[in-house]
Amino acid sequence: MTQLIIFNIFNGLIIGAFYAMMALGLSLILNLSGVINFAHGGFLAIGGYLAYTLIPYLGFWGALIVAPFLVAFIGIAVERVLIRRLYGRDPLYSLLLTFGLAFMIEDGTRFIWGAQSLPYQIPTWLSSPLSTQFFFLTGYRLFMVLLVTAVVAALFLILNYTRLGIRIRAGTLDLETVSVLGVNTRVLRNLNFGLGIYLAGLAGVLASGMLGLQPTVGDNLIMPSFIAIIVGGLGSLPGTLAGGVLIGVASGITTVFFPSASEAVIYVMMAGVLIVRPRGIFGEEGRF
Amino acid sequence: MPKLDKRSADILVWILLLSAPFWLVAVGGYVELGTRVLIYALAAMALNFLLGYTGVLSFGHAAYFGLGGYGTAMTIKFLYPSTPLAMLVGVIVGTAAAAIVGPLIARLRGVYFAMCTIAFGQVFYYISFQWSSVTGGDDGLSAWQRQPIHFGFATLDILNSNKAFYYFVLAVFAASVGLMAFLLRSPFGRTLLAIRENERRARFLGIPVDGHIWMSWVISCFFVSIAGCLYALMSDFIDPRAIRWDQSGNFVIMAVLGGMRSFWGPLIGAAIFLVLQDYISSHTENWMSFIGLFFVLTVLFFPRGVLGIIRRKAIS
Repeated sequence: MTQLIIFNIFNGLIIGAFYAMMALGLSLILNLSGVINFAHGGFLAIGGYLAYTLIPYLGFWGALIVAPFLVAFIGIAVERVLIRRLYGRDPLYSLLLTFGLAFMIEDGTRFIWGAQSLPYQIPTWLSSPLSTQFFFLTGYRLFMVLLVTAVVAALFLILNYTRLGIRIRAGTLDLETVSVLGVNTRVLRNLNFGLGIYLAGLAGVLASGMLGLQPTVGDNLIMPSFIAIIVGGLGSLPGTLAGGVLIGVASGITTVFFPSASEAVIYVMMAGVLIVRPRGIFGEEGRF
Repeated sequence: MPKLDKRSADILVWILLLSAPFWLVAVGGYVELGTRVLIYALAAMALNFLLGYTGVLSFGHAAYFGLGGYGTAMTIKFLYPSTPLAMLVGVIVGTAAAAIVGPLIARLRGVYFAMCTIAFGQVFYYISFQWSSVTGGDDGLSAWQRQPIHFGFATLDILNSNKAFYYFVLAVFAASVGLMAFLLRSPFGRTLLAIRENERRARFLGIPVDGHIWMSWVISCFFVSIAGCLYALMSDFIDPRAIRWDQSGNFVIMAVLGGMRSFWGPLIGAAIFLVLQDYISSHTENWMSFIGLFFVLTVLFFPRGVLGIIRRKAIS
């Protein structure tokens, strides 16, 4: 029983790490540009598929490094060509645009790589269990948790200590002032979008090692990411991180006792947060 | 272009709708397409009550659409084979769910409101998907049929006659749309417009804004659940895809495409969208890409919608 609980908590932690990584990317874009990126799950799928295509040439590690950057470049191009035109308009329009993009990406991946699920090769030494007692703890899972932790830590270091990161955070609070101070906010939003999409791409590469590859792989991850943002609080990146891990672990624990409710519990948490504290756990008052 | 005043526009719309079963076939359509346009138009107009007239962005209307449909389907299948009773149950289920969710989100605005409506919409999607012993899960609810309606003196056989069903849907549509127009013309409807135009000023005037938004949300979901009932009756089938977020997106794009600031806009949007979808999906397997592209192009080039553009031309 204890082993089962530990297993599910650990599982929840992994899932929560994914939610958090997706949600952080969404949150970055939402905070600075006011765009809900519905196509985030699509970019995640592109990440996985690109890595799949690159593995024969670059190997597992090469693909892991290169694919997310390629996805980020696609994201930057999309922002430049399409999303940039909608800044300052009603958020309705950017939502519809990314909605349409999500359709196109899902269909596009299906067209290029086929609708059937593709197996994603990970190195054998990573896929074997680390010990017989904790059979569930494969090297790959441990590696994922470590990598996500490292990436999230790096993200917060960038946001706190680099010029780009400080400008992003300042722009989140007051973009107009940042612009008046001489920062090119078009470039800033562009790079910020790329950063968010990079996180989605990386999540995609990692997720396909665990879940396999389908065109709809992002669909199951995007809704919980929304909820992670709502629970953690809009406008707060640490909140988003906490929200993601929290709902992941909560759904992991629920799996032990009442498996069919593991999905429902995160919505219950969202409802609870909205009743008690509508701005979310770490959200700022009056921001939205 | 001859100037069309509001009354003659209304009359034109009703004449076109009343005669649709006769001219639709002549122009290469079929009666079911007209029925579908009416149903989706009702859903999109219901959404527009909230979106265009209250200024609140909901992206989760498919949930209440689907709940209406499931209520209808389950009543006929498990309880009692009567179309009016089934619709009543469907509407009550959809409206009640909206009324419960309402207080949680009525305080939120803008993007945050949109996000929470999407997330709450997915709750009902997961329930319909997971609870397969009752809802049929992914396969949906089939093996039931809409029932002919008995008036005592006559029977309307909506089951076997396409035209009868079209006129049944048109009657429900007309009653709903009439009620909607009445509400919008009432002091309550004017207050909603005031909130849309300037929420802060409305608040200073002593209007309970959150309460009005909640009411508007419930009314909007009431109408969308009527559309959901008709949708289930149309195909004698309902499945979780009726509740999914892409359905909500369809409603929003119809409203935007037709013109959010005009009463008949969503009807035109629904007609264009469904005819296009019908045409594309019969010609290519990759219809999703085209629909997605259609979203993108609409947002970039027709953000005011068809009626918005016409009105602009008329002014200038």
